[in-house]
Amino acid sequence: MKQALLSICAAALGLTMAGQASAASTLETVKARGKLVCGVSLATPGFAAPDDKGRMQGFDADICRSIAAAVFGDGDKVEFVPTNINTRFQALQSGEIDVLSRQTTHTFSRDASLGLDFGPTVFYDGQGLMVPKSLGVSSAKELTEAAICTLPGTTTAQNISDFFRAINGKFELVVFESPDENRAAFYSGRCEAITSDRSDLASIRAVANNPADYIVLPETISKEPLAPAFRQNDSQWGDIVSWSVWLLMAAEEKGITQANVDEKLKSEDPDVQRMLGATEELGKMLGLDNKWGYNVIKSVGNYGEVFERNVGEGTKLGLTRGPNALWNAGGMIYSPPIR
Amino acid sequence: MADVQMLALAPPQPAPTAQRLGKFSAYFGTPGNTIVSLLSIAGILFIAKLAFGWLVIDAVFSGAGEACKVASGACWPFVAQKLRYMVFGFYPYEEQWRPLLALLLLFGACGVSMVPRFWSRNLLLAWIVVILPVLYILMAGGVFGLTPVPTTSWGGLPLSFLLSFIGLTLAMPLGIVLALARASNLPAIRVLAVGFIEIVRGVPLISILFMATVMLPLFMPDGVTIDKLVRAQVAIILFASAYIAEIVRGGLQDVPAGQHEAGKSLGLHYWQVMRKIVLPQALKKVIPPMVGLFIGFFQDTTLVTIVGLVDFLDTVRSAIRDPEWQGIAVLEGYLVAAAVYFTFSALMGAYSRFLENHFRTTHA
Amino acid sequence: MTFLHDMRFRAYFYQVVAVGFVVLVGWTMFATASGNLAKQNIATGFDFLTRPAGFVITEAAIAFEATDTIGRAILVGIANTVKVSLLAAFFGTVLGLAVGIARMSRNPLLARLALVYVELLRNVPLLLYLFLWYSLIILILPPVKQALNLLPGVYLSNSGLVVPAAFVESGGYALLACLLGGAAAAFLIRVAATRKRVATGRSNHGGLIALGVLLAPVLLLWLVNGFSVNWDFPTAGKFRLTGGLHVRPEFVALLFGLALSVSANVAEIVRAGIQAVNKGQWEASAALGLARGKTMRLVVLPQALRIIIPPLTNTYLTVFKNSSLAIAIGYPDLVMVSNTVMNQTGQAIETIAIFMGVYLALSITISLVMNWYNAHVALKER
Repeated sequence: MKQALLSICAAALGLTMAGQASAASTLETVKARGKLVCGVSLATPGFAAPDDKGRMQGFDADICRSIAAAVFGDGDKVEFVPTNINTRFQALQSGEIDVLSRQTTHTFSRDASLGLDFGPTVFYDGQGLMVPKSLGVSSAKELTEAAICTLPGTTTAQNISDFFRAINGKFELVVFESPDENRAAFYSGRCEAITSDRSDLASIRAVANNPADYIVLPETISKEPLAPAFRQNDSQWGDIVSWSVWLLMAAEEKGITQANVDEKLKSEDPDVQRMLGATEELGKMLGLDNKWGYNVIKSVGNYGEVFERNVGEGTKLGLTRGPNALWNAGGMIYSPPIR
Repeated sequence: MADVQMLALAPPQPAPTAQRLGKFSAYFGTPGNTIVSLLSIAGILFIAKLAFGWLVIDAVFSGAGEACKVASGACWPFVAQKLRYMVFGFYPYEEQWRPLLALLLLFGACGVSMVPRFWSRNLLLAWIVVILPVLYILMAGGVFGLTPVPTTSWGGLPLSFLLSFIGLTLAMPLGIVLALARASNLPAIRVLAVGFIEIVRGVPLISILFMATVMLPLFMPDGVTIDKLVRAQVAIILFASAYIAEIVRGGLQDVPAGQHEAGKSLGLHYWQVMRKIVLPQALKKVIPPMVGLFIGFFQDTTLVTIVGLVDFLDTVRSAIRDPEWQGIAVLEGYLVAAAVYFTFSALMGAYSRFLENHFRTTHA
Repeated sequence: MTFLHDMRFRAYFYQVVAVGFVVLVGWTMFATASGNLAKQNIATGFDFLTRPAGFVITEAAIAFEATDTIGRAILVGIANTVKVSLLAAFFGTVLGLAVGIARMSRNPLLARLALVYVELLRNVPLLLYLFLWYSLIILILPPVKQALNLLPGVYLSNSGLVVPAAFVESGGYALLACLLGGAAAAFLIRVAATRKRVATGRSNHGGLIALGVLLAPVLLLWLVNGFSVNWDFPTAGKFRLTGGLHVRPEFVALLFGLALSVSANVAEIVRAGIQAVNKGQWEASAALGLARGKTMRLVVLPQALRIIIPPLTNTYLTVFKNSSLAIAIGYPDLVMVSNTVMNQTGQAIETIAIFMGVYLALSITISLVMNWYNAHVALKER
């Protein structure tokens, strides 16, 4: 009775006691809770944005689903928590979310000083600039003296400052707290250009009244490897996140798709057998179900499918694979062997 | 922002110098007056013409974004199509009857609570023990066969109302305790209360919200997390309690010292004197400014959008930014939001004036 | 157990419990936080203040480059906050005074209009207004290429207002010295003249003399020395106007929003203050033959001021705190800069502590100044 009262009080307070012992590992916590809590952005079409029925869709959201599928065998056991650039790292540090999958660049200082670790790069990106076609500009170097819109506190603002310092040009930086405000200011002509990761620019362009009126300039002024992040000092959880991502890549390499995964269970290829849990007990080593690989592919498909479905050429974003093609197709997507 | 509203809540009385002039001469009595009147009329007509043209004549009443893009007037299809989203946010579509019911229940409870005859300690108790839990269960679900809805999906108008109503209800007891502590003759307790009240009143609400959403999680022991909505709510409660404490302190000072002394000479101890004699008198006096404070807090809840909660202003803004309506219906969206905030704030303001009259006539 | 009923013992007991509780909670939070930070290897301390900021602040009240330190960036934020709050308080007070007097007008139409103005401003959240003003500015005004040329050298566009800027080239310090010296002398003369007028009861030309003293040194300097003022006219650059003084829309929207909200409150405060002055004062002045305007200026307002100051203090404190809403529309005030720093360094606790401390210190300063002024105008019992 007392216990029940206590838990009602806790529920009313919104207090979540994650696990009993304070030293519970993230995996135990997640399993006890029955769902993965994944931090995403709220409204970035292609990466994470709710559809008409309120279901979160996008590349980052599918990364969350693949981890949930690895843990629970069901990609829908995810609670998506919208985070903004202010709250994303703190949400992870404090344990509010289990993994952050939000177009976050892996950098040295974040890795070293924020108390978190990064998984494998899921998306090789770089910062670019977008301008209206009517501006008649074909290179970022011509943008000296222009006003440029961006978000605060991201690596983006620093990169653009560095870029113009390097070419000794002046510019006006217009900073907005919210992506919405940032976008609206650019479309209304408050700024000549908007700068962000190229993937994000594609997403911004996709919601323009007439996307064809805008071009992304050729320069890539920074390296932005986007990776999921998790709390430091929990190797088991880090392994689960990393291998869930690598499995997506390995599956593409082996031609395993959401559609043919059941067939592939019977494959003779020993690599495929190991990945899907038909032979050996790789899943157990991670503390997961042995069928984890099968579950991941069954719920989200392989890396290529995730890419094409959310941001690929058939979508509004219309991104080509580029550096995000498999290593044997000229890109950088490369998974360590799963064995 | 909060203390803005409590200032100068005196009912609009005719200026003491306004002599009783005839209807006509009030407007056109002197040449100066005539000019002022004519200018005012011209201004009113001009604005009315603009508004009518925009709201009705040039407005678009059906169709989609394309039709609105060419028209110069208001875009009503936007409001019609987006209204439900603006009100409920991302709350699951099929379950939206629950926040609606919660809103109606809240309005009903408020309506009852607004009648001075029903005021009692039990009413406050009823709010804390019955009404707020019922609202919570309606919204959150998980029992009685209601599908659980995580607070991350709450949004829109219900969120704005819950934040301000729950905030003020729960801040009330805390604020009263703080006021008593500040008036206490125990130095340590007084210093603590003064410190808390002055610190909270010296910083902007946004900084306390930041503290609650960004900083507080780092202060929690391992494995304990507090829901983000609850953190923002706690921030609002703490913030409100400091302002309530100051209002209640004003009320306490208005109670004549003889009341304390009389109570003590009857052999009552401190808490009995406070509960049975001083507080009832003090609290009645501070209800009108408290309503004013509430208007301020209702408006202040809009600040939670900065820390990433989806309140009514935030749902309106994301509706405006919807790709389909991008740059078309900005004014429409903000006007709808402003109308909603205005209606509720003005109602509360009118209520506050009613209370003042009520007290002037019944308790003077 | 008689000592339980001992008042003195109980007093101590309550205090010890309260202080103990606060200390315990504080200590627990501090211990958990430092434990969490250490365990997760999150950086702590204020070392980051001396690191280079690396970001640009376009609208800076004091000079700032990306190579300056984070500490200086925060100073820029403070300066920006103070700048916009002071201007908003000033414009808001002037406007509010006018609206407050209009509220008391004998013309019912004007009084009603003023009431509508006040109600519209007070019943809609300031944040909503800020969004609205900003959206209107950037949507209704033309892009900078088609900027409206209002006056020669004055351009208005959705990138803001650009006006010619004046630079004093030589003799700037001499000019400044003359201005300050003239102002000080004029002030002293005015005070002395007022005192004499009160003592003798005769009006004198103190105001005129003071004005002369104020302007004389500057004129003299100009005649003797001459100083060259350089005008920097905005010119059309490749994308936007270069040169001149640039007032950005983020600043305008914030200033406008804050000033309007101040004006509505000031109007109500002024009205309440004037109404609180005894009706007999009006009648007495009328009996002395003073006109309505003069009565207001000489008799009623000075008395109303005493009632007005405390709530006015609150309004100024409020506008100062509300300037933190700048973050919503991209004006780099203290909170916005701190926020950028917080995102860059990940040191939330330190950054939030800094900006809360600054707000607290400035709030207390404002309160002290206003209290001093209040004591200055308070009724002096003779």
